[in-house]
Amino acid sequence: MNSRHRKLLFLISAAGLVVIFVLGLRDLPPLGDYRGPYGNVVTQVAVYERHATDVVNAINYDYRAFDTLGEEFIFFAAVLGLLLLFRPTGEDDDEQKRAVKLEDELPVSDTLRVSMQAMVGTMIVFGLYMATHGQLTPGGGFQGGVILASAPLIVYLSGDVKTFEAIIASPLVKLAECGGAAGYAIIGTAAIVFGTHFLTNIIPLGTTGDLFSSGTISVISICVGMEIAGGFVLLMQSYLKEIIEERLRKSP
Amino acid sequence: MILAYLPYAIAAWIFLWGLYGIVTSKNLVHQVVCVAVLQTSTYVLLLALGYKAGGTAPVFADIPVGTSVVDPLVQALMLTDIVVEATVMALLLSMVVKANELAGTVDPEELRFLMG
Repeated sequence: MNSRHRKLLFLISAAGLVVIFVLGLRDLPPLGDYRGPYGNVVTQVAVYERHATDVVNAINYDYRAFDTLGEEFIFFAAVLGLLLLFRPTGEDDDEQKRAVKLEDELPVSDTLRVSMQAMVGTMIVFGLYMATHGQLTPGGGFQGGVILASAPLIVYLSGDVKTFEAIIASPLVKLAECGGAAGYAIIGTAAIVFGTHFLTNIIPLGTTGDLFSSGTISVISICVGMEIAGGFVLLMQSYLKEIIEERLRKSP
Repeated sequence: MILAYLPYAIAAWIFLWGLYGIVTSKNLVHQVVCVAVLQTSTYVLLLALGYKAGGTAPVFADIPVGTSVVDPLVQALMLTDIVVEATVMALLLSMVVKANELAGTVDPEELRFLMG
C-alpha cells in the first residue's frame, strides 16, 4: 500500500468517523449546561467528608484513589519499560566507557549560568510546596513531582554537567521512584490491616485548611510526588546514557 | 447555538488532525508528536463536559462551600492523563531510538521487517 492509497483510505474512514462524531456530540449538553450529578455531589460533600479544600485532589487521592493507583503503575511500568529498552548492552568495554563522557561544563553564557543557578533553589522549594499542599490548593504529587524533577535539568542548563551527573546517578532517585510507588500501595493495604476496605482514609483528618489535614490524601500526594520526581529523573538519566553510548559508537 | 457545541467540534478536529498525522507521517519522531496531539483532544472534550456557566475552580480554600464550581471529576481525570501522556511519549521515543539503531532509519515506510 503506497502513501496515496493510505491517505485515500484514511479520508474515507475519517469521513465515517466525522459522521459518528456528529451523531455522538449532538446529544451532549451544550457548553456551560452541566448536567452530571457527580460533580455537584462531590463538591458539596468533599470538604466535610475529607477535610480537603482542593476537591480535585480529594477525588484523585481518595474517592478515585484506586484508579490513581492504576495510573501510578502505568507511569511506573512506562519508566521500567524505558529502562529496559535502554539497558546496557554489554558490548562496550567499561574502560572505554569511562574514557568518553559528557563534557564537564557546557559553553553557556554567564547570564544563563547565573539565572539558572538562582532558579534551582526556587524550583525545589516550589516543587516541595506543590507536592505537600495538594490537599489545600491546586497542585499535588503529580505536579510537584514534575517540578522537582526539572530542577536537575535546570542545573544542566546552567552548564554544570558534573553536578547534574552526580544528582541523576544518586541512589536516592531509584529509592524515590520505588519508595513512592510502594508507599501508595502500602497505605492502601494498611487500611485492610485496620479492618476496612482497601485505600480507605484511615489517618485522622485534622482541621480543614491545616497542612497536616485530610488524612491519607496528603500522604499519598507526597508518595506520588516522590515517585514522579524519581521517575522523570530516571528518564533523563537513561536518555543521557544513550547520548554517551552514541558518542562511544562514533568515536573509534 | 454553534458556540455551545464548538469545544466538541474542536476536540474532534484535533483528534482527526492527529490521526491524519499518524497515518501520513514520514518520520517516527513526528509520528510520536502526532500521538500527543491526538491525545490533547481529550483535554478539550473533558474540560468542555465539566464546564458550568459561571462556575469557578473547585478549590474551597478561599471560597465558601456551595459556591458554583466546575466539575472536579474531569479535572482529576485530566491530571493523571497529562502525566501518563508524558511518560508514554518518553517510552515511544525510546522505541524510536532503538528502531533507528536496529534499522538505521526512522521512516515508517522503510520499517517493513520484524526483529525479535
